Amino acid sequence: MDKFNTLTGIAAPMPLINVDTDMIIPKQFLKTIKRSGLGVNLFDEMRYDDDGKEIPDFVLNKDAYREAEILVAGDNFGCGSSREHAPWAIKDFGIRCIIAPSYADIFYNNCFKNGILPIALPQEQVDLLMKDAEKGSNARMIIDLDAQTVTSSDGEVFSFDLDPFKKHCLMNGLDDIGLTMEKAAAIDSFETAASQARPWV
Amino acid sequence: MSPKTLYDKIWDAHVAHEADDGTCLLYIDRHLVHEVTSPQAFEGLRMTGRKVRAPEKTIAVPDHNVPTTPGREDPSNMTEDSAIQVAALDTNAKDFGIHYYPVSDIRQGIVHIVGPEQGWTLPGMTVVCGDSHTATHGAFGALAHGIGTSEVEHVLATQTLIQKKSKNMKVEITGKLRPGVTAKDITLSVIGATGTAGGTGYVIEYCGEAIRDLSMEGRMTVCNMAIEGGARAGLIAPDEKTFEYCKGRPHAPKGAQWEAAMDWWKTLFSDDDAVWDEIITLKGEDIAPVVTWGTSPEDVLPITAAVPAADDFEGGKIGAAQRSLDYMGLTPGTPLSDVEIDTVFIGSCTNGRIEDLRAAAAILKGKKKKDGLRAMVVPGSGLVRAQAEEEGLADIFKEAGFEWRLAGCSMCLAMNPDQLQPGERCAATSNRNFEGRQGRGGRTHLMSPAMAAAAAITGKLTDVREMM
Ligand code: SF4
Repeated sequence: MDKFNTLTGIAAPMPLINVDTDMIIPKQFLKTIKRSGLGVNLFDEMRYDDDGKEIPDFVLNKDAYREAEILVAGDNFGCGSSREHAPWAIKDFGIRCIIAPSYADIFYNNCFKNGILPIALPQEQVDLLMKDAEKGSNARMIIDLDAQTVTSSDGEVFSFDLDPFKKHCLMNGLDDIGLTMEKAAAIDSFETAASQARPWV
Repeated sequence: MSPKTLYDKIWDAHVAHEADDGTCLLYIDRHLVHEVTSPQAFEGLRMTGRKVRAPEKTIAVPDHNVPTTPGREDPSNMTEDSAIQVAALDTNAKDFGIHYYPVSDIRQGIVHIVGPEQGWTLPGMTVVCGDSHTATHGAFGALAHGIGTSEVEHVLATQTLIQKKSKNMKVEITGKLRPGVTAKDITLSVIGATGTAGGTGYVIEYCGEAIRDLSMEGRMTVCNMAIEGGARAGLIAPDEKTFEYCKGRPHAPKGAQWEAAMDWWKTLFSDDDAVWDEIITLKGEDIAPVVTWGTSPEDVLPITAAVPAADDFEGGKIGAAQRSLDYMGLTPGTPLSDVEIDTVFIGSCTNGRIEDLRAAAAILKGKKKKDGLRAMVVPGSGLVRAQAEEEGLADIFKEAGFEWRLAGCSMCLAMNPDQLQPGERCAATSNRNFEGRQGRGGRTHLMSPAMAAAAAITGKLTDVREMM
């Protein structure tokens, strides 16, 4: 997995609440057996019209935001289906960080498995960063994972909370499965005890 | 011992390892797999040369993509990309030696219906699947939740998940439901009260007289939509109804093992003095038959209400409500019972079980769907379908003008050919009314099977109580 340390990039404003994973990547693009190539269909139904032409008003179709690496959004981002195609599409587009007041649980976890940093900040701070993002491509935010800060284009610093284990894995690009397999002995002994306590499982 | 909730008890029984910061390896008893969220996980195993740790605890069934029309065993009757996904599942199940129900098997169906039906889901278990509606299995007092594809791979390789414990929420539904009010109305009403993010960070336990009174099938409907309320999982403590349901199922324990299981299962309830981080109480008597009007499952109103206006809301919801109203093509102030529909979909892991079909058939018996309206019933599994045929329900549906389909997810998420056209409006018994969920530009109103049946007859959103 890619390591995440610091990121200086353009932030795209998306002031919508309850952005669901069906919006992020509609189901017709789930029929893939690969993880890559989904970026062109990110937000497909909001991004393209029925003939497949770009809808100029949609934020990622505006010249200022085509290279966005950060997304600023409303409450409960990523709700709905568990599809990991949502973070795959976000990553494939080039977005590495999301800033929102809150996230749906499964989506939040899925981000970390794919080198994406979802930052939760209080609504008032997200509102300020949303305004900052609206300034376009000249305004770049700085994300510092180690320091756990977001710095707006005019130098205002916001600190965010993060689970230390998730931070550690993201900063070092660690593979969860490899880490867990190091604990195989614990799993073995749990399994032995459980098969005696609950043999019907 | 300090008092525990049901969630605490199941959690404690499954922690294989706990790190100093509270990060746990939670042991997984049952892993359910379907064709859409698993190919990349199996590919990951192959690339790293890893094996499936416990293939005997892993069950796979294709459901999301499969057509629900006859002849579907033949891959040429599927779109190419769907056929590739189903073929990949066939191969992965065979290569890794996991239990498998192909479309040619009468036991095939929606993964969350097959699990309980076959006795794979039992009280006190941990159950996961790369699918958010895994919450369904919580109806058995099993800790069940959806995971992403990377986590699917993690469970396949290690039979564990890296987890931190959630908080405990109690949702109590007191008293009795009124006639015409069902499990679906309970679960939608709870989401209406808490919002789609209200449960974030929690595991919900549903309790109270109205929940106890529900059948296992109704309880599955309630827990199924815990995820729409944002919760990691929904739980209902097992009781005699649960045990009765499990007994004799193909993969349920038998003989002495059954007795041993029962001894443990009977300890699975929240202690009287357990501590809750949040408690929500609704009165069963206050719940009405509801429908959704917008594009979020929290957009719930009694069928007797009118379409709201955006400025009835506050904060970010004002914009969201306006966007919903525009998308749904609704005018504020219109009585919901005046909203005309052109499609009816009865099915899904929320409401595709035999009891749901009975409830819809009871309304449709001797009646016809409105002319010009498209209506379909998609049973949740091949066994549900067979039972409905035996009970004469299939004939009632067919005589009412419904299409009688084979089992699968179908128009719940429209990955197969069953889709709404732009602007089409559907009365659906599924669980999500998101933009484009049932087809690009399609408009979804969620409701109970009885309400969907009533809507099929009148061609409008309808208060089922007027037909009872
Ligand atoms: S029926 Fe719908 S919600 Fe249930 S598993 Fe299938 S697609 Fe998901």
